[in-house]
Formats: sequence, C-alpha cells, structure tokens
Amino acid sequence: MNAENRLAGTSVEKQQLASPSGHTSTVRGLLRKDATWAALLLLPNIIGFLAFTLIPVIASFILSFTSWDMLSPMKWVGLQNYTDLLNDQTFIKVFWNTIYFAGVSVPAGIVISLFLGVALDQNIRFKKFYRAAYFLPVVSSMVAVAVVWQFIYNPEYGLLNYFLDLVGINGPDWLTSTVWAMPAVIITSIWKNLGFNMLIFLAGLQGISDSYYEAADIDGAKRHQKFMYITIPLLSPTTFFVTVISFIGSFQVFDTVFLMTQGGPARSTSVMVHYLYENAFKYFNMGYASAMAYILFFMVFIITMIQFWRQKKWGLY
Amino acid sequence: MRKNIYLSISAHLILLAGAITMILPFIWTISTSLKQLSEVFVFPPKLFGEKLQWENYLHISDRFPFGTYFWNSLKISVMVVIAQLITSSMAGFVFARLRFKYREPLFGLYVATMMVPAQVMMIPNFIIMRSYNMIDTHWSLVLPALVSAFGTFLLRQFFLTIPSSLEDAAKIDGCTPFGVYWRVFIPLSKPAMATLGVFVFMGTWNEFLAPLVYINSQNKMTLPLGLASMQGMYSTDWPVLMAGTVMSIIPLIAIFFLAQDFFIKGVTLSGLKGE
Repeated sequence: MNAENRLAGTSVEKQQLASPSGHTSTVRGLLRKDATWAALLLLPNIIGFLAFTLIPVIASFILSFTSWDMLSPMKWVGLQNYTDLLNDQTFIKVFWNTIYFAGVSVPAGIVISLFLGVALDQNIRFKKFYRAAYFLPVVSSMVAVAVVWQFIYNPEYGLLNYFLDLVGINGPDWLTSTVWAMPAVIITSIWKNLGFNMLIFLAGLQGISDSYYEAADIDGAKRHQKFMYITIPLLSPTTFFVTVISFIGSFQVFDTVFLMTQGGPARSTSVMVHYLYENAFKYFNMGYASAMAYILFFMVFIITMIQFWRQKKWGLY
Repeated sequence: MRKNIYLSISAHLILLAGAITMILPFIWTISTSLKQLSEVFVFPPKLFGEKLQWENYLHISDRFPFGTYFWNSLKISVMVVIAQLITSSMAGFVFARLRFKYREPLFGLYVATMMVPAQVMMIPNFIIMRSYNMIDTHWSLVLPALVSAFGTFLLRQFFLTIPSSLEDAAKIDGCTPFGVYWRVFIPLSKPAMATLGVFVFMGTWNEFLAPLVYINSQNKMTLPLGLASMQGMYSTDWPVLMAGTVMSIIPLIAIFFLAQDFFIKGVTLSGLKGE
C-alpha cells in the first residue's frame, strides 16, 4: 500500500546516498543498510522470543505426547493424554464450567459495556467521573477484588444479602453453594472487566464520523433509530473484536476462580486453567497438563480464525 | 423537549446506580480497613465503626512483610516496563520502517504468538527455570517478560503514523537507521510509549499466576501473592488485610489518574478496537 511504496522509495534513496558519497569503509556502508540495523535491533527480541515463546510452544506440544512427573524419566505415550482427557470426568466438568463461564459472562459483559460506551460517548455531564468510576475495577488487582467480593457475598454479614434482605429476598450462601458459586464468580468477573470493554467501545465510537448522524438528523431520525441503524452497524467490527478477545480472555480465567472459591464447592467453579494449574504445578503431571494447554490453545485458535475469516469474507465498514 | 429531560434524568440515574456499584466495593474496602476486627462482622453492615482505626495502617508491616512485597512488586514492574519499552520500540521500528527480507513473515509469526495462551508457554518455561535453578527468584518473573509481541505490535502501529518526510529529512542530514529511531521516532512517540508503559506496569503489578507458580519464599513474593497468602494464614485480620489491599492499589489508581487520557488514545491508535 501507501506505506510500502514510501518505504521502497526511501530504501532506494538511501542506497544512492550511501555509495556515491564516498564512504568506502565497509563498516560504514553496512551501518547504512536497513538489514543490518534490523538484525541488531531485533536481536534481543529474537532471543527472548525464541527462548520464552517459540521453543516453549513447541516443547509444550511435544510434552503433550509424553508422561512426565519431572522425577522419573519421560515416557512417550502418543495420543494417550488426549484420549484420557476425553474420558476424565473432572476434565469434562471443568470444560463445561469454562463454557458456562464464557457463555454467560461474555454476552452479558458486552451488552452492558456497549450501552455504557454509547452513553458515555454522548456529551453528558459528569462524563469524566463516570468513565473513571467504571474503569476503577480494571485498574485494581484481582486479589484486592477477590478479598472484598468474598465479603460482599458472605451470607451472614455480607452486603449483597443485606441489600437482598431489604427487598425481601432471602439470599443464598453464594460462594459455598454449588448452584450460586458460579454466578457469583461471573458477576464479579463482569464487574471487573466492564471498564476495559467500555474503553474499546469508546475508541470504536470515536471512529464513527459525525456526518452520518448529521445526515440522519436532517432526515429526522429519532434517537433509537440512529442507534439501531447507524451506531450498531458501524460499530459492529468493534463489537465483534470485543467479543473475540472477551471469549479468549474468559477461556483463560484463573485468578478470579482461584482466589474466590479455589474451584469449589465440589468443583462447581473449577475451570480449565484451574485444573491445568493443579495438574502441572501441584501434581506435576506435565504431559497431561500440556495436553490440556493445547486443547485450550485449539479453542483460542478457532475463535481467532473465525475473526480472520470474518474480516476477509464480510469486509469491514 | 420534556421527553428528553426525562430520558436524560433516567439515563443519569442508571449511570449513577452503575457507578455506585463500581465504587462501592472500594468504599467498603476502605471502610473495613478503618474498623476494629469485631466491627467487621456486624449485621446489618455499617459503613464506619465507632472510631476510625487509622492504626490498622501502621500494623500492616507488623502482620506481614508489606514493605518487602511492595518493593518486590515495584522492582519487578519497573524492570519489565523499561525492558519492554526498549525491546518493543526497537522491534516496532524495525517492523514499521526498515526494509529487509522476510520482514512480513517474521512479523506475522510474532503477531501470531499473541493468540497462544500464556498457559501453553508456562509449563516448558517452568521446566526451563527449574533446570537453571531460577525457581523462587525474581528472574523467573522478569526474564519471560522482557519482550512482548503486544508491545511490538502497539508501537509498530504508532510508528506507521509518523510521516516519512521526517525520516527522510533525518537521513539527508546523515542519520543512520538507528539515528532515525533514536532521534526522530523515540522523541515523537512519548504518548504511545506512555500508554504501553502504563499497560505493562498494571499488568505486571497485578500479575498473580506467574508469582504463584514460581515464588515460594515470603521475602520474594510480590504484593498480590503476598496479600493472597496472608488471607487465611492465621485467622485473617480483615481490617489489616483490607488496609494492605488499599495500599496495594493506590499506586495503580494514581497512575491511572495521571495517564487517564492516554488510555483512549492508546487503544485508538493501536487498532486495539479491531479495525
């Protein structure tokens, strides 16, 4: 594209500059070359990238076909880890818990943050205060959040059941109930991430030209019509993007669960990464845990591919 | 017109109710941090106890090595931020502006790693760290975080927006590509660098899983891990724990208020919104 041509142009110019100006020293000539500098400037990145990303990704794949507890010798087991996982009742449970978590928290979080983003994009009073308030949990650490939410959910002296009590509802024992623990974790998670999604929506809304709204005003469009026929369609790339990254993020949820419920009661809130963590770093089932990591990777991969496919196929506004 | 006023009032009421829901847990943290232990469990909940127990804040370091945790978190976060700003800006510049063979496939590979869940790398990284005896050291937290595909991507996007005329002018004046990077691009990209710096600082400061996996000793723990380990260790002293919690998020809130405007810009310019 434009940038490409620009770059091609400059590189030709540079070569012309470099040779006829009389610098015969090869070191100097080399230091004028893009490729030399690219190699030098990328060196730390390449080392770090190879050592802590690329090689581990490959190693993890190989590990997933082995049985290894880091003490006895590594044993090649082929696909057994994967077939074991499919028959592991706990894995099936945490798999569906992950889907439950993602399936509720992502759509609910998106809808709320979309409306928030649209509301706070308007010229309303106290806009800065609202934005800061909704962003506060994003900034805070999950540990801090978990501590206070455990308090809020406490059945005897917690705030939530106190408020429910005021409207005549007898609240459950949130975090120790197999039915209510997951919804409680989901609520906290939505609360924590709302501000980040709102921010991405705000950025997306800034990209919609005012001229669309002005044209609609001339046509006498009502507020909700503008929302339905301009904002929603023109924002759809952003909405889709937020959906994709929220799904990817929610597949990898760990802190929230680990800190609030330890996966309990009776594994009702245990998710894939939690089970993976236990297998890898509590029981040192490195091969089994690696297979789980790859199943997770596969899920993330599919979602990312859907986004690529969509971008190509549907085109963007 | 009248309908609009009602609409605006109800919109404000909803927004305000939401804002209270967002802020209330923080108010509750602060109010609990100022109570006596016995007042924590009063029902119905009271916002404040008899007398504000400011001394809870003085007791933080008696109960657990708060200063050590804080220092560890600060040290690790600052190191990671500086390293990532350097490595990401260098790589971002290379991918945005230099011409060389295999640039696009290399960048593609780099970006592709962003979709690999951290847990995939975690198991081999743990094995690597163990074989180099780096478990329970801060190296295990810092080394894997020195380079970042996300940072590279974010800064590359920003560098693409810098007009090439500035680059050409610098080259005519005799700048090497490094000179262009150092004297033109870095000074121009303060907002983007600040955005990345804040993102990375928050991420590192709040990171929980990696310290949980790698760190065992009390004196090596970061704040989140330290706070979590303190909870329930011996019967939890909630007010003091809450005081520690408040202290642990103050730096982030301060940074957020200082850098608030960068956030939206950063998200917009990096194409994070997905366009």
